[in-house]
Amino acid sequence: MNGFLNIVSKDLRLALRQRSDLTMAVLFFILTAMLFPFGLGPEPNLLARIAPGIIWVTALLSVLLSLERIFLADYEDGSLEQLVLSCASLEIAILAKVLAHWLTTGLPLIMAAPLIALLFNMDTEAITILLIAMLLGTPSLSLIGAIAGTLTLGARRGGVLIPLLVLPLYIPTLIFGVGAIDAAMNSLEAGAVIANARPHLLLLGAILLVSLLITPLAGAAALKQALE
Amino acid sequence: MSVFHRFANPNRFLKLTNTVLPWVSGITVVSLVAGLYMAFFTSPPDYQQGESVRIMYIHVPSAWMAMFIYTSIAIASVCSLIWRHPLADLAAKASAPIGAGFTFLALATGSLWGKPMWGAWWVWDARLTSVLILFFLYLGHMALMNAFEEQERGNRAAAILAIVGFVNIPIIKFSVDWWNTLHQPASVMRADGPSIDPSMLWPLLIMGLAFKFFYLAVLLIKIKSELIEAKLRKYRRAMVDSA
Repeated sequence: MNGFLNIVSKDLRLALRQRSDLTMAVLFFILTAMLFPFGLGPEPNLLARIAPGIIWVTALLSVLLSLERIFLADYEDGSLEQLVLSCASLEIAILAKVLAHWLTTGLPLIMAAPLIALLFNMDTEAITILLIAMLLGTPSLSLIGAIAGTLTLGARRGGVLIPLLVLPLYIPTLIFGVGAIDAAMNSLEAGAVIANARPHLLLLGAILLVSLLITPLAGAAALKQALE
Repeated sequence: MSVFHRFANPNRFLKLTNTVLPWVSGITVVSLVAGLYMAFFTSPPDYQQGESVRIMYIHVPSAWMAMFIYTSIAIASVCSLIWRHPLADLAAKASAPIGAGFTFLALATGSLWGKPMWGAWWVWDARLTSVLILFFLYLGHMALMNAFEEQERGNRAAAILAIVGFVNIPIIKFSVDWWNTLHQPASVMRADGPSIDPSMLWPLLIMGLAFKFFYLAVLLIKIKSELIEAKLRKYRRAMVDSA
């Protein structure tokens, strides 16, 4: 547990000292989302209807941008090896790295999402569901992304490979993330919002649990062969 | 386990391949010719779809193979990671392009079939989308395998990816049951027996057999050539060393 907290606090301190890394994902998120009203025209109803998809897709791309960062810097300066030696188990080290990544990427994205949602004319109930869905979905993005991060350590063109490996595995999160908000927006009675979004949110939770199980195992196997 | 390790020896495997390969290739050719003849000439046109139903005899076996080969790669990856079986890596490496080819064939023929039936080349329904994801998983597997200086690392990384990506296979298989989709539900491999008429089922099964043996034949040839190439490399190195 000590090793876990050490890794998380080390990564957080690093991120806070190099703030450009921290802000880059959020800035990218907001800027790409801003492009859509220019591309599609400012019609409020249209924007409200496509907002869930745009927010999820841009969030996904922003996470993608930062995936290489999780392990590569530590791998290149050799501290990853020390970290693996000092930590009780590889699985815990990986979960710690993922948590730090989520705190520096996923959480800022969630905080920026309501702003974009307001600009896109989404109503408050849909925004609530959006936040719940992102709280359940973005940790899965970090978890699945960490697998690709460990697999491509030391690869030629690792940065180009990551999207190819990760995007197919991101699609279920995207589908149910958008599905939850769409279901909430399409519910006619006020009380049915949560009930309609519930199945999608449960599936997002299921994806999170499965990736919580798979990532430490696959990531540990990948790290082992990367550091051999 | 003894049989399993017996053929880890490349020479023994090569000998086995040389005896089996003519038979496998023969079955491929015979069943492919018979299957195509039955599909194009003796099987009846569909009462609703007319002649375009014949696309099915290519489309359905390709889709089976797309899933079958990915499953084989996942199994080979497990063998490679747990037992370090030398042939498992070769099998996974040789299978991926074949699987990607069949997946592409399934998508392309499905698209050609979709145009007259559904009125669109492509619809974003659950089965089509999950097969498209499978195609990208194949591409990722191939790219990762070739991304490293040492082949050994590429094999290991690709094996882990193949096992993680295996979650997609049950999703493809059951997508038509879980979601209401445009793509029709399973009509051959189902619990209460096939719901398709024997006059169409037979050519379909024979085509399925032909595709499976085609895969086996190409797989054996590719593994064989990899083994011979490794031998050649060894000889060449020995010659350089002695010179």
